[in-house]
Amino acid sequence: MPFIPHTDADTEDMLEVIGVSDLDTLFDEIPADLLVDSLDGVPPGLNEMQITRLMHERAARDGAPLCFIGAGAYEHHIPQAVWDIATRGEYYSAYTPYQAEASQGTLQTIYEYQTMITELTGLDVSNASLYDGASALAEASLMAVRGNRSNKSGRILLAPGVNPTYEKVATAIAGSQGITFERLPMDSGNGNAAASLDNDESPVAVVIQQPSFLGTLEDVDRLTDWAYERGALVIAVVNPTSLALLKAPGHWGEEGADIAIGEGQPLGVPLSSGGPYFGFMTCKQKQVRQMPGRIVGRTTDLDDAPGFTLTLQAREQHIRRSKATSNICTNQGLMVTAATIYMSLLGYDGLRQVALRSHQTTARLVAGLTALKGVERLFEGPHFHEVALRLDRPVAPVLDALAEKDILGGYDLSIGCPDLGNALLVCATETKTDADVDAYVAALKVILEEENRRSA
Amino acid sequence: MSELPGDLLYTREHEWLRREDDGSVTIGVTDHAQAALGDLVYVELPEVGQDVENGSDMAVVESVKAASDVLSPIDGTVVAVNDELSDDPEKANADPYGEGWIVRVQPSGDIDESEWLTPDAYQDLLDEEEA
Repeated sequence: MPFIPHTDADTEDMLEVIGVSDLDTLFDEIPADLLVDSLDGVPPGLNEMQITRLMHERAARDGAPLCFIGAGAYEHHIPQAVWDIATRGEYYSAYTPYQAEASQGTLQTIYEYQTMITELTGLDVSNASLYDGASALAEASLMAVRGNRSNKSGRILLAPGVNPTYEKVATAIAGSQGITFERLPMDSGNGNAAASLDNDESPVAVVIQQPSFLGTLEDVDRLTDWAYERGALVIAVVNPTSLALLKAPGHWGEEGADIAIGEGQPLGVPLSSGGPYFGFMTCKQKQVRQMPGRIVGRTTDLDDAPGFTLTLQAREQHIRRSKATSNICTNQGLMVTAATIYMSLLGYDGLRQVALRSHQTTARLVAGLTALKGVERLFEGPHFHEVALRLDRPVAPVLDALAEKDILGGYDLSIGCPDLGNALLVCATETKTDADVDAYVAALKVILEEENRRSA
Repeated sequence: MSELPGDLLYTREHEWLRREDDGSVTIGVTDHAQAALGDLVYVELPEVGQDVENGSDMAVVESVKAASDVLSPIDGTVVAVNDELSDDPEKANADPYGEGWIVRVQPSGDIDESEWLTPDAYQDLLDEEEA
């Protein structure tokens, strides 16, 4: 699909047809006090040569450190073919196409993506993706409120292991619509929801993250059943790689989660300093009318040949305007294309190997680190590919010292979870060799011992 | 255009009302409305027991090309919904004044029938819109 910008003459012609003097007049309905004259802190524009140079300089500053940070975004090996195929001209668009007659290939790719994500999550329907994992939680929260109309409380309970950034984003998006988020109490021994929960609760939805942000594995069956007994819907927040090993949300507890969402980045999308990523969302069939975003369906044409098309569009804002289920009007089509190719190339066994290898590498890392004096596990219990550690000193200076040795040693939990004290979240995916792990352990040993000597 | 049932009242939003013996009011969309929407694929119904206000959204009828709100023409409480539409939304296409009824509301106060259109007045509205 070519992108052809309007010429000045085109713009003039169009303005004349609708009888408007200039482009700014089209925005007259925006109150003057909401308009901003200048953008403070935004530097003047750069030309292509200048911006290329700036970006090369900044990329060089990043270097190629050994990365042991997870906390929501994960470094996985991406087969070369993924982006070679995804960036072919036929695929290279961020948008989901409206025109079925001109877009069968892209629509089929999205349909296959939806099929794979529903299989991974064990639920009935997937949309064509959302912006990212955090905003997907906001959309799932709004969806749960629409889908559980008998409960007017707007109160959503979060398991202790829900990513604190997701909570912030969901509060920013859904908070102004009468939705409140509260945390369930934590069992300080295993980092999961407390063993005894208040049975007088009647939330509209309960959000359960698996594996938890703190690296622990929540008793999802128990929490799901607890939520159902209270008449709440269950929103699962899951890591797609982990689903090759862990129980799919659709099978949690007696009834299964109603909605599953998560960050799709681990499926073939590079870390790229934080984005673009994509969010995925699946749900039970009975919630499909409340689902935001685009859905691609399979159908047959007049000659009975199979074909693909956008479906259930009456929920969406180009039809329903202000009454649409969501203001989400696009998705991360290009990222989804990459994820579909990634999953196709790996297959179920490949994804399982990635998950297993990441788990084993993290276990090796944790065994090495906790053998050091002053490092211990923060929580007991099993893990997937991420573990919270307690240090006997503040985490930030230790991470700085590691960075000087070209090692990104993990995520400082005092940023999002200050109550946990000197806590560090470490992750080792399949990209880390035994030598990488040993290098991290050796470096941390030296740093801790040097600091001990200095303070002695 | 088919004959409008003479025992119903109508609204400018192309809904019909029938006053039942027990004081409740049955509400649906008119033949004109269902024809304009096209084949219905889904009807979103309110909960029984839900309070509704005159002019507020109460249900949604969705076709392959559009979704349209069904507004409550009175203040009151929903006492019945046509659950059969959940499985068979096309009943509202095939028999809009009969099996395709949508909601029954018990009014909370007195009803002023003059707010609504008689069959003749509604026919005039349709003729006007067509012109």
